[in-house]
Amino acid sequence: MSVFNQSRSNIIRLIFLGLFLIIIAQLFNLQVIQGKYKVLAMENAVFAKVKYPDRGIIYDRKNRPILNNTIMYDLVVVPNEAKKTDTFGLCEILGIDTAEYNKRIIEARFKNGPYRPSIFEDLLEPQLQARLDENIWKFPGFALVERPVRVYPFNAAAHIMGYIGEADSNIIKRSGGFYHMGDYVGRNGLEAYYERVLMGQRGVEFLLKDNKNRLVGNYEKGRYDTPAVRGRNLHTYIDIELQQLAEKLINGKLGAVVALDPKTGGILAMASGPNYDPNTLTGPNKQKNYSRMVLDVKSPLLNRAIQGFYPPGSTYKPLGALIGLDEGVINQNSGISCTGAYYGCNKVVHCLEHWAGHSANLRLSIAHSCNSFFSDVFRKTIDNPEYRSARTGMVKWTEYMNKFGLGHRIGVDLPSEIGGNVPDTTQYDKEYRRSWNSCTMVTIGIGQDKLTATPLQMANAMAIVANKGYYYIPHFVKNFENETEQDTAMKKYRVKHEVLTHIPNDVYDIVQEGMQDVVEHGTAQVARIPGINMCAKTGTAENKTVLDGRVIQLKDNSMFVCFAPREDPKICVAVVVQNAGYGATWAAPIASLVVEKYLTDSIRAERLPEIKRISEANIIPDYFERLQFKTDSLRARKWFDLTKDSNYIRKYVPRQRITTSAKKQTPPPAAPVVMKPAKDVMINENLYAKRSTTDKRNP
Amino acid sequence: MNNQRNPTISKGVDSTLIWLYLLLVAIGLMSIFSVTYHEGDEVVKSFLNFKTNYSKQLIFFAVSLLIGLFILLTDSKFFTATANIWYAFGILLLLLVFPFHTNIKGTESIIKLGGFNLQPAELCKVFVCLALAKYLSRVETDFSKTRSHLMAAGIVCLPLLITIAQKETGLALVFLAFFLVMFREGLPAGYLIIGFSLAVLVVATLLIDKDILAIILTVVAVIAIYFGWRFTRQRRELIIIVSIIWVTCVGVQRFAVPFIFTHVLQKHQVERIFSLIGRENPYAVLNTVEGDEPVATKKDTDYNVRQSKIAIGSGGFVGRGFLKGTQTRFDFVPEQSTDFIFCTIGEGFGFLGSLAVLGIYIFLLLRIVNIAERQRSVFSRCYAYGVASVFFFHIAINICMTIGLAPVIGIPLPFVSYGGTSLISFSTMLFILVRLDADRQMVLR
Repeated sequence: MSVFNQSRSNIIRLIFLGLFLIIIAQLFNLQVIQGKYKVLAMENAVFAKVKYPDRGIIYDRKNRPILNNTIMYDLVVVPNEAKKTDTFGLCEILGIDTAEYNKRIIEARFKNGPYRPSIFEDLLEPQLQARLDENIWKFPGFALVERPVRVYPFNAAAHIMGYIGEADSNIIKRSGGFYHMGDYVGRNGLEAYYERVLMGQRGVEFLLKDNKNRLVGNYEKGRYDTPAVRGRNLHTYIDIELQQLAEKLINGKLGAVVALDPKTGGILAMASGPNYDPNTLTGPNKQKNYSRMVLDVKSPLLNRAIQGFYPPGSTYKPLGALIGLDEGVINQNSGISCTGAYYGCNKVVHCLEHWAGHSANLRLSIAHSCNSFFSDVFRKTIDNPEYRSARTGMVKWTEYMNKFGLGHRIGVDLPSEIGGNVPDTTQYDKEYRRSWNSCTMVTIGIGQDKLTATPLQMANAMAIVANKGYYYIPHFVKNFENETEQDTAMKKYRVKHEVLTHIPNDVYDIVQEGMQDVVEHGTAQVARIPGINMCAKTGTAENKTVLDGRVIQLKDNSMFVCFAPREDPKICVAVVVQNAGYGATWAAPIASLVVEKYLTDSIRAERLPEIKRISEANIIPDYFERLQFKTDSLRARKWFDLTKDSNYIRKYVPRQRITTSAKKQTPPPAAPVVMKPAKDVMINENLYAKRSTTDKRNP
Repeated sequence: MNNQRNPTISKGVDSTLIWLYLLLVAIGLMSIFSVTYHEGDEVVKSFLNFKTNYSKQLIFFAVSLLIGLFILLTDSKFFTATANIWYAFGILLLLLVFPFHTNIKGTESIIKLGGFNLQPAELCKVFVCLALAKYLSRVETDFSKTRSHLMAAGIVCLPLLITIAQKETGLALVFLAFFLVMFREGLPAGYLIIGFSLAVLVVATLLIDKDILAIILTVVAVIAIYFGWRFTRQRRELIIIVSIIWVTCVGVQRFAVPFIFTHVLQKHQVERIFSLIGRENPYAVLNTVEGDEPVATKKDTDYNVRQSKIAIGSGGFVGRGFLKGTQTRFDFVPEQSTDFIFCTIGEGFGFLGSLAVLGIYIFLLLRIVNIAERQRSVFSRCYAYGVASVFFFHIAINICMTIGLAPVIGIPLPFVSYGGTSLISFSTMLFILVRLDADRQMVLR
């Protein structure tokens, strides 16, 4: 035992202490300095599960639910537990083969891992769900999971209600992180406009998960959980029976029906044709149905009541008369001698009536819709001697039109409304290089030229006439559940807009008398309802379209606006039926039926055949068939250019031609061969691009 | 241990050691409990049903106490007398593993005896400790001679090599701890310096590209010769020595390390070492000769240490509280009742708790060193140093691997980790020490 060994014990002690100090330093680093490990541990073990609230229900004026929630079932699978499942039995029930089964299982594994449930088949048909429910014990690892789905009990009001869809990346980005992947968002209609009201508040539940991502219980016994708050219900002005009637009548036609209550601005019904059953966009086949409708050139998804803009035609005349009277350029006794045309300008404006005296005074002129008279009134308004120039007169006229709610979005509670067009001086300055006069746009006087309006705007303008000067912004929602001061959504709909109340009541009376005459013994006698004083105006607007490089003269748009009863207006209706003919033939009976239904709550038995006749009539112009063919073949061609996949284009091209072209595989696709059958298609490519515009605006 | 009632046992017994021991076992039981316990379990019942890990550990503890009692009842001379026989017995046990082992988790070092898994490599530490102490304390041993150095190294390295053959490199490395005993007993510091240099060289080999390292070594050799040339006259010898050193270094770096990594170490161990230094395993291709794909493993080895660091790190300064740690309770940390038991302490009790446990350990180690130094008998002193070294190696490497300072070599934390063989062998070592210390006035040979 040598002495120097004594010092070595100290060295050993030092080695011990030194290594422990290193350990302590590292522990201090991990536990005290670096804060990230706490977060990492939370990410590991705590799973924030979003609890989706039920969306609000939408009721009609009589508290019938138009849009409700129901439960549908998804078949979910936990891949690792499904190993012993009766694969054949399941495939038989679902109608798939084992290859498909294996594919889906692999997909599920890939998506959520082997220990967590993934959707195997979503939104099962009720019969399928029932069969699976009986047999589910045979399929360990599979389960039926509830999923809330929107349902429309009346199969109506598709355009108004809109639909919901999963939030896409755009919506998520725009919402600034408010929405997450997998959230359902209102994508159209009231669902979209009142999204924040209907959606309720998402809840969150903090769950603990283990190393295989299985959920094992609540974190901290649910102390940090937030319950989901159910969405608030909407109460609307809609009368669902009226809505159903309107939809029935407009079905098979292009056009729109709008009925609103002039006293409140509440929209009672709004139908757009062609129509669709809203339930087709909820159930199992929603994707298929949606794409079918998107590809349809008749655009059933378009709400023509707020997105279709039409020249108002003669329905403008009451407004023209009111402006003329208020400006003092005419009075109730003003008349014009019309023999079937207006010759005041270089161009001739034809009139439908020839007999002398149909335009002897204002009242008669409205009743018989004299074009000459109203062309004259318009010119007098523009060339008003009070203002020194036609320019000022035009500015004044534009002001009036804007007050009637035309030329700008009216602010209905639906997304993507269109404002229509009220031409102003700048438009004509541009087109005519500042050299124009009242003759340039004389046809505005009969609601043509550049003047366009949506059916909703026409109905609203009628509401102003009916109310003698004021209106409320048309809207659907009366109120919603638990409305508080913070909910500003409804504020603008409760403001009375007294735009034209300065016009004395007797001026309105003159116009209203003329409008009543329209029904009593004028152009729209078909619309008369016994016992109800209705004021109305028919309209017939010319239109053309361009197809295959030719201008096609289409049948006129049939329009009708009315309000009733005259003494105490309760309903205002505007109807547009595209390419149907005279206003009195189609639009007037539709409006009249709607008014009768609303005011008397029923329809006289003798009018039932009329409903049948109208609802069964299909007056969609023939050219749509050609247009559909063209757009489809163009799309197929684009697809072929893009992918060289000839599956779609084959339908439009003779067989041998497509095979030869496919064999050639020339990179800039051998144009002449494939192109020939769709030759005229290329000429009108811009027409394809503007398909929806030509559809909406019939020039 | 009741000091008053049984004077024959308690006389001279170092009660501090016993208290530290009991404290550590208690901490261990509590940690294992917090890993295995699920809300709603009946605590008392499950402690006594002997099905859960913590109740099994309780049995192992009882067995250890029983063995401890027997040890305290024996005479100290028994250990000196039988040390070599125990050593032979240990080697025999180790050899028996080859025909009778069961494959558990890739190791081939376990014999299954009924419900009990015996790991002779664990037990062997006790015997090697005794045998080494016996050899060093022999009158005829002159530990200044190289021959005795080799002899002592042989005693240590024989079980080491057998353990490596059983694919338990982690446990095998523990035997290296005994070189500290030899150092204390006069092993020239040169050996340790050489050993340390070799370690540095190996680490450098792993970290630096082999060609660059060879160039560096050559440059160092040239510089050494250049300066040595000026200061010494025996220039020939200088060149020979430097050349030998250079050849050895390059040999180690070029051939020995790759050989060890591809043939001696297990594939997963290689992966762990490389994951520790944050590099791709360059020998992965060579390792795949056996037929596994090399890709999947990296993430796996990373995972253990990552989760373990998250667990300890998330404890923060004061910890998340007993039974509150999510990392350990939901099986994110693998092997958490055995190798990674320290995570439970780190997560549940934070920096303060870890510091307390480390304090207990360092106190235990220094206490053992103090005890060693007060022995009159060389045998007792050597044995005590052996115990201290083995404990130190286990504690330091185990904790270092949980906090990402050492590769994961899978050795238990003394007294705390779950495991019958380890608890019993550590207890045996400690109780023998206590017995020897009680007779410290005797001179044992």
